[in-house]
Amino acid sequence: MLEPISINVASLNLPALLPMAILTLGALGIICVDLAVKKLNRSFYTMISVLFILLDLGAVIGYNGPTRGFFDVLLIDGIAIIAQVIILVASAFFLPLSLSNRHFKEFEMAEFYALFLFMIVGFQFMVVSDNLILIFIGLETASLSLYTLIALHNRAKAFEAAIKYFTMGALAAGFYTLSALIFYALTGSVEISQIEWALVDRNFEPLVGVLAGTVFMIAALGFKLSLVPSHTWTPDVYEGSSAPLAGYMSVVPKIAGFIVAMRLFEMLILSGVVWLENVLYASVVITMTLANITALVQEDVKRMLAFSSISHAGFIMGAILIGTTQANVALFLYWVLFMFTNLGAFTMLWIVRHQKNLWDERYQHPFTKFSGMVKIMPITATIMGVFMFALAGMPPFSVFWGKLYLISAAVNAQFIYLAVIMAVNSAIAVYYYMKLVVYMFLKEPVSNDAAIYETNASTPLKIIVGFAAVVTISAVVLVEPLLNIITKYVTASGF
Amino acid sequence: MDHILSLIIFFPFVAGLFGFLVNKDSVRAYGISVSAIEFLLTLVLWVGFDSSNAGYQFVEYTALIPSFGMSYYLGVDGISLFLVILTSLMTMISLIALNIEKDAKNLIISVLFLEMTMVGVFLILDVILFYSFWELSLVPMLYIIGAWGSARRVYAAIKFFLYTFAGSVLMLVGILYMGFLYHEATGIWSFALPDWYLLQIPLQMQLWLFGAFFLAFAIKVPMFPFHTWLPYAHGQAPTIGSIILAAVLLKMGSYGFVRFSLPLFPDASVYFLMPIAIIAIIMVIYGAMVAYAQEDMKQVIAYSSISHMGIVVLGTFAMNAEGITGSIFLMLSHGIVSGALFMLVGVIYDRRHTKLMSEFGGIASVMPNFATIYGIMLMASVGLPLSVGFVGEFLSLVGFYKVNWVMTLMAGSGIILGAVYMLNLYKKSFFGPITHEENRTLKDLNGKELTALIPLVALVVILGVFPKPVLSTIDMSVKKMLSLMEQKAVENDTRDLIINVNSIGGKR
Repeated sequence: MLEPISINVASLNLPALLPMAILTLGALGIICVDLAVKKLNRSFYTMISVLFILLDLGAVIGYNGPTRGFFDVLLIDGIAIIAQVIILVASAFFLPLSLSNRHFKEFEMAEFYALFLFMIVGFQFMVVSDNLILIFIGLETASLSLYTLIALHNRAKAFEAAIKYFTMGALAAGFYTLSALIFYALTGSVEISQIEWALVDRNFEPLVGVLAGTVFMIAALGFKLSLVPSHTWTPDVYEGSSAPLAGYMSVVPKIAGFIVAMRLFEMLILSGVVWLENVLYASVVITMTLANITALVQEDVKRMLAFSSISHAGFIMGAILIGTTQANVALFLYWVLFMFTNLGAFTMLWIVRHQKNLWDERYQHPFTKFSGMVKIMPITATIMGVFMFALAGMPPFSVFWGKLYLISAAVNAQFIYLAVIMAVNSAIAVYYYMKLVVYMFLKEPVSNDAAIYETNASTPLKIIVGFAAVVTISAVVLVEPLLNIITKYVTASGF
Repeated sequence: MDHILSLIIFFPFVAGLFGFLVNKDSVRAYGISVSAIEFLLTLVLWVGFDSSNAGYQFVEYTALIPSFGMSYYLGVDGISLFLVILTSLMTMISLIALNIEKDAKNLIISVLFLEMTMVGVFLILDVILFYSFWELSLVPMLYIIGAWGSARRVYAAIKFFLYTFAGSVLMLVGILYMGFLYHEATGIWSFALPDWYLLQIPLQMQLWLFGAFFLAFAIKVPMFPFHTWLPYAHGQAPTIGSIILAAVLLKMGSYGFVRFSLPLFPDASVYFLMPIAIIAIIMVIYGAMVAYAQEDMKQVIAYSSISHMGIVVLGTFAMNAEGITGSIFLMLSHGIVSGALFMLVGVIYDRRHTKLMSEFGGIASVMPNFATIYGIMLMASVGLPLSVGFVGEFLSLVGFYKVNWVMTLMAGSGIILGAVYMLNLYKKSFFGPITHEENRTLKDLNGKELTALIPLVALVVILGVFPKPVLSTIDMSVKKMLSLMEQKAVENDTRDLIINVNSIGGKR
């Protein structure tokens, strides 16, 4: 006979669940509305979803309760709050991209928005917990929603992408459970903090077990963060998905993954086991470099951006490897700035999207498509050029400041070689970003018809691009306030 | 005059933005007006400049990212003052001589943006902001070479961009490491150059940091063996691109040596003195020999730039007031002379659409004015006494003479070689019978070209005869820098060398 469990409701700290509850309710509400009223316009769903996201954001920022909640599986510390803010802000910006000029089937369906909100809930659960099981549930909720969202794009390539992502993701989930299982077997707990204590207690013995758990975890998170060699799905999936979703995938799932990686690997690096650090070091360097080199030979802008986002993820893993407070602050600073620039770049691709592949049979956004764009659409070309140089880390645009702070963190923590490798990688990266600029500014246009570049442009999209451009260009004044806020939250949570 | 430096930096930028609204028929006049106003502003700066104050003047300071020690920090001293004036002068002159009609608006706006970045590099005292402007200057130049150049322009533009960008990323690591060292030593973050000047760094660390900065500057100068981008960029660039590239962009590298390498790392500079001097001598002789072998006029001048920049580097690393002052003066004179020479090549290219010397001959009789100005500029380039080229070259070599007279002799032979290739160019193109019929009908310089060139000719003569006002202002700041170097040197050898080369007979 089991003992009856008696819990005090107040000790559950239910407000901690409020942000996720808001979105879940929102998603369910959208499904109910769809059942009752058919044929609602996509703008309705978009705006309602954005409103729910904003409510959620308010709940996240306004939360001031204990850091633990709901049977202590929730952990609302500083990094969880910043990560949620990034996730929600990015979602609020990416979702209105559905309001493009041309109509796409997926954006007409209420399910798209419900799934989108469920996905955000999943990501939020990933970051507000240090319980391996809850993280897993969050991860799977988000991933399963995302697979479906990709497939909803309803093109052959989209199905291919969804299936590919799904298969790879299933493998990653397998690795994740295996790793969680090993850690549970070693320590008798699934909470990262308790795993840490247990491992420290017995001096990280048996080492084989710890290493096996770590390797499986790197493999599992590696899929989500697209670290080499688990990155192979990224370009295909990005290519198959619609541009907004691809841009979304390059920002939001990764920040959720970074938080999990941060919680886990910081603890493991502290163990002082040199081997662990070396594994991570190697994966960081290879991810940055290999992705950069592969990006050099891409013929399609979207695939190039996919490889570039892999390389950026490598940079960020570098921050986790360094592990100092400054590095963790750099991680968030980098990602916030990268988010806006990447949002801009993918929105530009979305704007110039044409229903037919006029330029190349195989690719939708080959470089030749952008030939001589400055002569046809000077402003579009200039803004795109700014995004490209910003992604390349060209001062004084946004990503440069993230890179600067990150390399500075590497230098300060005596990771000089890593700093040099990062710097050299920036130099390699500038080539492929510049390739697009070269096509846009230095080549002759293929056709002088501006209209084919504008079929998908609409006012909301232009506003989003304009906003992203303003943030990208004026990043230098945003760095100080961002640094202050991020440093406050990061140090408060002890990272 | 409180914010004149900000005004000088951002006036071309704002004007460039407004330029988008100017109709393309009037945009050339707009560009010239803006650059003329900018030039006047820099002259006002010179008038307001206190020639008895060796430190930074017109200083502006605003914290930009205080928690990381980054600030908006401007200042001008004798070293940078004339480089700024040179920048605004050459931009104005090159815009006056501009005769590109195609997409002229984009070109002029790019030139104005470029002017902002170049002036910024010389005036900014915050190192991260300096790095920003340093990198940013590549973008308009990429566009200028790549969009208005000749046949292989895209390749040349990309090569230029990648070479210089790749060179400077290590400088970024070096900058951040310096910031780290400063923080270790003082407990505060600062990227302000005057703060960094006060920092003494152990020799071993200086060597590494010197290397990180050196690569960026060496590629920009360009020093052998990193010079390969230069002939390409010059060969493919439009005339206005070549003028600005030769006159100002190259000086950013040699300015970097004077502003950063020497005062920040005095011991490493002395440590690397000989290797760098050898490279400089290779640049002088090798550049001259390659220039002699060229058939294309523009390439001759491009390689002669390498040769002259060799003497600039040599003078800089002489570590004494004569050498450094001379090398800064040589930067100015080379800016004026090579800019004028590229403009002259552009003039003949516009008429004949070729730059090969074999296509010309006997032009002196058809285009007397052109030949005269070309001749004057050529003599200035060779370093004829009483021309502007002589002063800087002579002082640089005198300076280095105190370090090592054999090497000075070898570098001096570069002047003779310079005379050889330049006179050879002149003989082949201007004298002798007219071998090509189409050359008989060439028109002499028109009003626009004369307007652009005559001021330069005047400067060549005036500064050649009476360089003192410029030299004394530079000299004052250089001497201040040298005494700083002497004070902060950590090795006794360095101090001895600096004292030794700055005094006659080993005594001061």
